[in-house]
Amino acid sequence: MIALALPATTTDDGFIAPTIEDTHYPNILPWGGEYGVMFEAGFGKQMALMILSVIIIATFFLIASRRRQLVPGKLQFLGESAYGFVRNSIGKDIIGGRDFMKYVPWLFTAFFFVLVNNIFGAIPLLQIPTFSHPGSAYAIAAIFFVLWVGIGLKKHGLRYLKLAVVPSGVPWPILIIVVPIEIISNFIVRPVTHSLRLFATMLAGHLIVTLAGSAIAYMVGSGSILLQGTSVLVLLGFIAMYMLEALIMVLQAYVFTLLAAIYIEGALHADAH
Amino acid sequence: MLSTAIMAVETTANPLVPNVWELLVTVVGFAVLLFIVVKYVMPAFEKTFAERTEAIEGGIAKAEAAQAEADAALSEYRQQLTDARTEANRIREEARAEGAQILADLKARAATESARITEQAQVQIDAERQAALVSLRSEVGMLATELASRIVGESLADDARSSRVVDRFLADLEASSQSAGAAQ
Repeated sequence: MIALALPATTTDDGFIAPTIEDTHYPNILPWGGEYGVMFEAGFGKQMALMILSVIIIATFFLIASRRRQLVPGKLQFLGESAYGFVRNSIGKDIIGGRDFMKYVPWLFTAFFFVLVNNIFGAIPLLQIPTFSHPGSAYAIAAIFFVLWVGIGLKKHGLRYLKLAVVPSGVPWPILIIVVPIEIISNFIVRPVTHSLRLFATMLAGHLIVTLAGSAIAYMVGSGSILLQGTSVLVLLGFIAMYMLEALIMVLQAYVFTLLAAIYIEGALHADAH
Repeated sequence: MLSTAIMAVETTANPLVPNVWELLVTVVGFAVLLFIVVKYVMPAFEKTFAERTEAIEGGIAKAEAAQAEADAALSEYRQQLTDARTEANRIREEARAEGAQILADLKARAATESARITEQAQVQIDAERQAALVSLRSEVGMLATELASRIVGESLADDARSSRVVDRFLADLEASSQSAGAAQ
């Protein structure tokens, strides 16, 4: 357990809760800090995991899709089920019609990219959901923001901006209120919530794991029988939270992809809304 | 001022401030993955799906053809079966008629035969009765003559006379028996 090794847990002045800084591990390579404040120096565990996730996903699906048998083996069946799930349950059902195939790779990549990176948080030693770092969450939400705005502009031209913010059939005095709300909701709140939802759930889950781990370490190391006994309760609660967190990790990957599909569909059929 | 504010942000590690390196790694990672998916993974899966659909649809077409063929064969067999049943019925009917004919013929033949046998027997009986009658008549005459000659003590050997007596007696006997038969 990484959490047991956290420095904040064994001070003599009583329990000090770990902070978010404790979830940022020392960098593997000290590098790149000279460009500004937002460029934290160094190549850290989070980036390593991000790259690892790309390697894992690419390897798995390349192997699973390589043999292309009519009657699939176990691995191919697993790959096809995973691909078919995103293709049909998310792409076809949400976007629908003839156009959905064009966006399936985006949704497919997003789903497994987010899923694997989230699951990292539930694997001991890896133990960090990569999207609990805001940069990653902003990045992937921004990719989809650019994508669906681009789709809208390509499909409807500049008229898309009007279609997106002016609902049809609303009398003009109300439009004065509605249009700013729509602008804020569609072009500001939507990408922000898209990224923050993923980031916040992952960070919260990760903090609970960290907090419970350091609390148990503190209680066990405190020398008091009472605290050591109570730590069992913390452990039980921690296991339950861990399970819940695993569920949320999968769920958030699905939610992220589902919302991306809904945004794409909204941009494609902006004139129908 | 600005740098101290930023320093403050950095030291308290505002969770909303991104690390641009992480942001870039994410974008690049996503792009690499997307490229691999578009270039290799998706075409392979789609091709497999298409091939499988084709195989299944081809299989369905083949099954439909086989089904049609089976249906045709079945109706043909049914037709043949109906024909065979009709034929069998016809043959059975014919056999029954023929049997009845044979039976009637046999009955008729048997009746003729029995009539013939009866008639023949009748004839034979008549002939035998006639013969018996003749022999009886001569024998009875002889016995009666013998008896009478013994009774009267004289010879009744005169054949002519005795023959006359006997004939008269028998004629009387027959007459009486006939009248008795008539009375009955």
